[in-house]
Parts: sequence; structure tokens; C-alpha cells
Amino acid sequence: MLAVLAMALACLPQLGLPAFYDSFFYLIFYWVSLATSWALLSGFAGYFSLGHAAYVGAGMYTSATLAAKFGWPFLATIPVAALVAALLGTGIGLLVFRLPRLRGELFALMTLAVTFIVATIILNTPIDGGAGVFLSAVPPPQLIESQSGSIYLLGLIMCMGTLATAWYVSHSRLGTGLYAIHDDEDVAQAKGVPTFRYKLAAIALSSGIAGAVGGIHAIYVGFLTVGETFNIGVPLSVILMCVLGGARHWFGPAIGATVITVLLFGLASSGQTTLGRAAVALILVAAVLWLPEGVMASLAERRRRRELAAAGQDVPEAPSPSPSQSQPQSQSQASDSATPALEPAVHDATPQPVASTLATAPVVLSIRDVHKRFGGVHALRGATLDIRRGEILGLIGPNGCGKTTLINMITGQFPLSSGTILLEGQALSGLPPYRIARTGIARTYQIPRPFAHMTVLRNVALCAQFGGTDTAGSARFEEEARYWLSFCGLSARAGNVPAELNLRERKVLELARALAARPRVLLLDEVMSGLNPAEVDTAIRLVRRIRDQGTTIVFVEHLMRAVVQLSDRVAVMNEGAVLTVGDPQDVMRDPRVVAIYFGHRHVA
Amino acid sequence: MPSWTLLGQALISGLLAGGLYSLLGLGLSLSWGLLRLVDLSHFALAVLSAYVAYQLGTVHHLPVGLALALVVPGAFAFGVGLHWIFKRFAVGEFGSLLVTFSIAVLIETLIQWLWTADFRRYETPLASASIPVGPLFVPVLELIAFATAAVLAGLTWLWLTRSYVGKALRACAEDPSMAAAFGVHQQRLSFALSGLCSAFAAVAGIFVALISTLAPSQIWSWLGVIFAVVIIGRLGNPIGLLIASMAIGAAEGLAMAVFSPAWAPMVSFSILIVVLLWQPKWL
Repeated sequence: MLAVLAMALACLPQLGLPAFYDSFFYLIFYWVSLATSWALLSGFAGYFSLGHAAYVGAGMYTSATLAAKFGWPFLATIPVAALVAALLGTGIGLLVFRLPRLRGELFALMTLAVTFIVATIILNTPIDGGAGVFLSAVPPPQLIESQSGSIYLLGLIMCMGTLATAWYVSHSRLGTGLYAIHDDEDVAQAKGVPTFRYKLAAIALSSGIAGAVGGIHAIYVGFLTVGETFNIGVPLSVILMCVLGGARHWFGPAIGATVITVLLFGLASSGQTTLGRAAVALILVAAVLWLPEGVMASLAERRRRRELAAAGQDVPEAPSPSPSQSQPQSQSQASDSATPALEPAVHDATPQPVASTLATAPVVLSIRDVHKRFGGVHALRGATLDIRRGEILGLIGPNGCGKTTLINMITGQFPLSSGTILLEGQALSGLPPYRIARTGIARTYQIPRPFAHMTVLRNVALCAQFGGTDTAGSARFEEEARYWLSFCGLSARAGNVPAELNLRERKVLELARALAARPRVLLLDEVMSGLNPAEVDTAIRLVRRIRDQGTTIVFVEHLMRAVVQLSDRVAVMNEGAVLTVGDPQDVMRDPRVVAIYFGHRHVA
Repeated sequence: MPSWTLLGQALISGLLAGGLYSLLGLGLSLSWGLLRLVDLSHFALAVLSAYVAYQLGTVHHLPVGLALALVVPGAFAFGVGLHWIFKRFAVGEFGSLLVTFSIAVLIETLIQWLWTADFRRYETPLASASIPVGPLFVPVLELIAFATAAVLAGLTWLWLTRSYVGKALRACAEDPSMAAAFGVHQQRLSFALSGLCSAFAAVAGIFVALISTLAPSQIWSWLGVIFAVVIIGRLGNPIGLLIASMAIGAAEGLAMAVFSPAWAPMVSFSILIVVLLWQPKWL
């Protein structure tokens, strides 16, 4: 459809309309290209840039200088303009994206300030020298007979190219990763998204396109001044267009840009430029306050709701285990849930044969003398633990003993202060979290952290896509995601967004996301907390079924019933170290454990 | 290489210019650090206050003190109103950036409309007064601005670290719901703080009017250097801000003397970039 539109628009100059129309449509193309290029980074990944004027300006001055001072043919200057702007953007990204804190706001301000820096440099060097650059002597490109028609065509090609890029990115692996970064960067990284690399790619694309657009724009304006080029109105308009149209959708910025350009053109033609700027500012305030997600997002949300309603799934269902999970035990366990949790459920003890083979199973994950300091807090003090292949290891200990910190260390969320962590002999410590995720370690979060703007299905598909090492088409990942959703009994919720799930469903979603990565070792952080007894039974069966597939499981849990029923071995942590490891029954009777952990009456 | 006297003079001007930076940055640092709201309209408010002071002083011939008494409460009300909008629409950090950015543009338009884009100068007898110290001269107005900045930074620091209200504010910045659980009335405090931040902008604006030439586009000229000192000085830390302002002011002064005044805007950003790369513990 886009191609048809492009063909129709390409024929427009041949109709012999007045040059005014060429110019008017060129301006629309210019703003659509700019807004779309802005959205590639800022809309998709959520890093708001206020520095688009710097990229456009860099492109404009590159083209103008090469064409006017060095006599390059104009068309040849445009790739160079793109390159210069892309280098500028990448430089900013290299600097800011490394910082773990202050990322978003700092980025926005850095880009705004860079605009002023670039303007200062250009103003004070012979590039501009304060007098401006004339392009009147530059022969304009001759794509077709008329000059304005040629510029129109250049703008059209640029615009279609940018839209195609945006469409491609939003449907690619890169785009999926960027959307995840937008929602929760830490989780994206933990699920295998190479966040730093993706953000750099996005900023390079975004600034490069802006540079090329600027290059073309240089011949359109014909006379460059620093004040006009590095105008604060450029980022302001671009952001407004994206916010209005919906920056997360590849076509949103185009809609916003068209509306605003037509509006501004009307105001400008009546001689109210200053007023136009104020109007843009006012609309931006209104858009941020009343329409924070934009037109396209609102439309997409409406369509999703309609589809859900058509499938008869919009009514929240009672959380019930799927038929595949119903096992004869469920009745007896549900009635047991009222009994004191500490009492081992004898009738449901782990089958002995498994336990005996586990004793000789090879070590899959080895944690050696791991220390972690957060400032003055010594959270881990020499934690050492071996996890054997195929076992379910319960990790318990009082609050603040370092259980979750240990999980964060294994997944690489924070760097170790000292010590090593080996996965089947391969050192994990020091690897970035996304690399660790791809070695086959997956985790759940104690408080579920789903990607808020994605449906349940896409949440899981993303983890399947990035958790593994292969990079096949996305249709297969959706299939895999559907499998894991049905495995966990969450198929009915595939089309919902996380905000529509209840706590149990969110916890199960966490589990499905972790499973979709097909991990060798699965780290569960309090998946049972907050569930009612019947839900706990379902969860326990689910964890067993996961282990039966050959996955090694480490689970942090306060719920003793689950610990005793599930664990092959139990490790007890206290004050940042592993106090003891062993058979659940023995560990529970250990006087030291009783002293630190069961000194107080424990109620599940 | 310029003479030692010139360098000394550049250093003094630079350090004193740091006082103005600190004044302009104080409200920004507090609202960013403690309210988690990035206020780009801060500069616009300061420049607007400068224009109002200019108007009162040159057209109506009112003393500067009276301008201060009028402008500061007005700015306080502005800050409270701004915060009401943020609360009412649950605007986050990014939203606040966009909204205040737009407000800054609106204020710029307003100034352009009322006072045109021409340069304006608020002439006072103090403007040219200076105290000779050996071969060097210390400009009086800049010295007063610096002293005001130092006093305000010190008082704010004492207020944040010693008083119950200050501690409550810092607790809210760390973890609002936990602070609320301990009985901190965050709503009222945040309104007061937002008002205070804007009032600081007005104080800074009065000195901007007295010290520099006014133009609507000035709103954007402070942006780079002020954000540099606010970040380097650590968000929400008035003393760090003052020290960073002095350091950057001095570096700019020296750069102007050694190279050319036109390159001064580069200095703060080079320093900011170096600091960001270095990532010291206190940042």
C-alpha cells in the first residue's frame, strides 16, 4: 500500500501543479522523515533526545560545505552528511549509554547541550564563521526537469526510505529488543537483549537518517545560518509530532508530522511564526497530559480490545489450573494446606531414586567464595555453593541474608566484588547479563517485572527469541511461546497485556518467560509468595514438571511447605554465606539452622 | 600567553561567575534531586524575573529590593502551580522535561512579545563598581551575587541535613511510599519545595538582570553550563553545586583569557564529558 502511495506521489510533479505544491509536500516529507528517525531511538527504546537539531544541522552544514566550498556534486554530499551525523550520534551514545544511573534524563539533556556545542563550534570556525553559508552557486540535483520537483522527489525518496526503515526495524529482532529496553532495560538485559549494542545501533540509525534529511534540506533552504539551523524548535516539533502520533508505532510519527506540518504551514502563511511556535508548545503540553501514548497507540489498543472481545476473552477468568495439570494428588494437597507448613508432607516426598542419582550428578553451577559489597553493606561474604545437574535446590534463610543478591550475582545484574561463578566450567563472572542469559541461565523476579506494553504472548516470545542463541524468524518464537504458555496454563491470557493479569497469572508469566529461554539452570525468586494454598499446589506441580524436562532449578522460598515438598537438597544462607547444604529433613533439624531461622515461630 | 594579572583577573571573574551559576542551578538541583522532576522552565522563569526587574527598575524607577519582594512570591506561586499540574496528571521525569520545555518556549514567546527580541541593559550604579585588590579588581555586583549564592547554598544544605523537614524531603526522594508510611506528608512538602525552587530562580533572575545583557534567547544560553554544574555537583546537593560552579566558572574564565571568549561554552561540556567518563563515586 505504501508502494502505491509512493508511486502516486512520485507522479505529482509531472501534473504541472504550481511549485508551491512541491514545496508544501516537500516540507511534509521533511518532517515525516525527521519525526520517524527520532522515533527509531526515542520512541522505540524510550531514550528521549532533545538533540535532533544537532544531527540535522551537522548534516546540513556537511552538505553545504562540501557542495559550496569544495564543489562536490550535491547528491554525493548526502551520504557524507548521514555519516557525519551518525558519528556524532554514536559518539553521544558511547558516552551516555555506558552510565548505569541517570540514563534517560541525562541522555535528553546531553543531546540538548550537544546541540549548543555543535552550534558553537560551527559558528566559531570557518565552516560558518558567523556569516552563514549560501548555496546559490550550487547546481541543484536534476532528477527531473523542474528544480522544485527534483527537491520534492529527493524528499519523497528520503521519506519512503525512512518509513521503510522504521517498518523494518519495528518488525525485526532489533526492534523487539528496543521495545523491551523501553519497558524495562534491566529485565531486557537479563532476558538476553544486548542493550548497549542495540541502543548504539538505534542512535546511529536515527542520527544518520536525520543527517541525510538535513543534507537534502540544505539545498531546499539555500542559505544556512547557525541560529536558524540549530533552532530549539526542531526537537520541539519533532517530539510533539511523535508524542501526538504515537512514538512506539512505526507509522505514528508520520501521522503526527503530517497534522502538525499542515497546521504550522497554515499559521506561517498568515505570518504568525512566533505564534506558531507557541501553539506547538501548547499542543505538546496538552498531548503529554491528555494523550501520553499517542494516536497510533490508542488505535492499536482499541483494536486489541476488540479482538479479545471477539475471542470472548476480555472477561477475567477465575484462575484455574489447566486440565493438563490436574493430577490425582491435587485433592489431598489442597486439604493439607491447613496443616503447619513445617511438617514435612511425607506422602508427597521426593521419589528416592531421583535423589540417589542426584548425589553423583555432575556439578552444573559452581559458586566459589563470592563477595559483594554495596558501599558499606557487605551483602555476600564468601558464599560457596555447588548446584548439581537436574536437582531442585531450595535456597532459604532469613530476610536480608543475601539470597536474592546471590541470584543477582549469578545473572550478572551487579558485578561481583570478588569470587567466581562457573557454569559447567565456564566463568560467568564478568560477563554482561545478556551473555549470561544466553549461556542458559534464566530467572524470575520476586515482584513480577513483565514488559508492560507487550501482550503476554509477546512477552514470552521475546524471551524465547533472545534467550537462545539462534536467530530464526519471529513466527517460530511465537509458536514456542504458545507452547510454554500452555505448559504453564496461561494460554487463555495470551492476548492480554500484563496490567490485566492478577498476581498469580503474573507470577506464572514470569515462569513462562524464564522457561521460554530453555535454560539449563532456572533461578526462581519466591514464585510462591502471595499465592493461596491451592495456587501453591499448582505451582509446585509446575516446578516438578519443569525439572522433569531436565532443567536444574534453584528456588528461593520462604514458604516451608513448598521447600520441603520440592527440594532434593536445601541450602541455608545466613549473613551473606551458605551455612549448610543437605537433605531437607537433616537441614531442618540442624541446631544452627534452627537457631538462626526457626528461633521464632514460623507461620507460612 | 596572557600576563599573570590578566589570568588572575580572569580567575576572579570566573569564580564569581560561578556564584551566578550556583544561584541558577540551586532550584534545578533540588527539584531534580528531591522531586525527580527536571525543570527546563527554570531558566525561562529566571529570565522572565530578570525582565520584570528590568521593567520595574528602568521604566517605573522602583528600587531593586522592591522588585525582589514582588518577583520572588510570584515565582513561588508559579512553582506551586507547576507542581499541581505534575501531581494532577501524574507526570513522570520525561513528561516533566517535555512540559517544562514547552513552558520555557511559551515564556520565551511571551518575553519576545512584551519586550521584543532586542538586547536590553539594566544600568545601575553598582554595575561598574569594583574593589581594587592589589593589581586586580573585584566587581561589587558579582561579589554580592556570589555571597548570596554561598549563603543560600549553605542555608539550604543546613535545612536539608539538619531540619526534620529537610530529612523528610530526602527520605521522600529515596522512597516516597516508605517515607509516607513513616508519616511524612509528602504532598504538602513537595508543593513547598517546588515553590522554593522557583523562588530561587527569581532570585537568580534579579542578579541576571543586574549583571548581564538581557535577550529572550538567553533562556537557552545558560542551559549547558547550568546542567553541567548541577550534575557534577550531584543532584540535590547545594554545597557540591557551589563547588562545581566555582570550578567550572574558574575554568571558563581561564579559557576565555587564554583562547577566546567565543569558546567559553565548550569548557563546561568538556568538563562534564570528562566527569561522566571518569564516573567518580560521588556522582
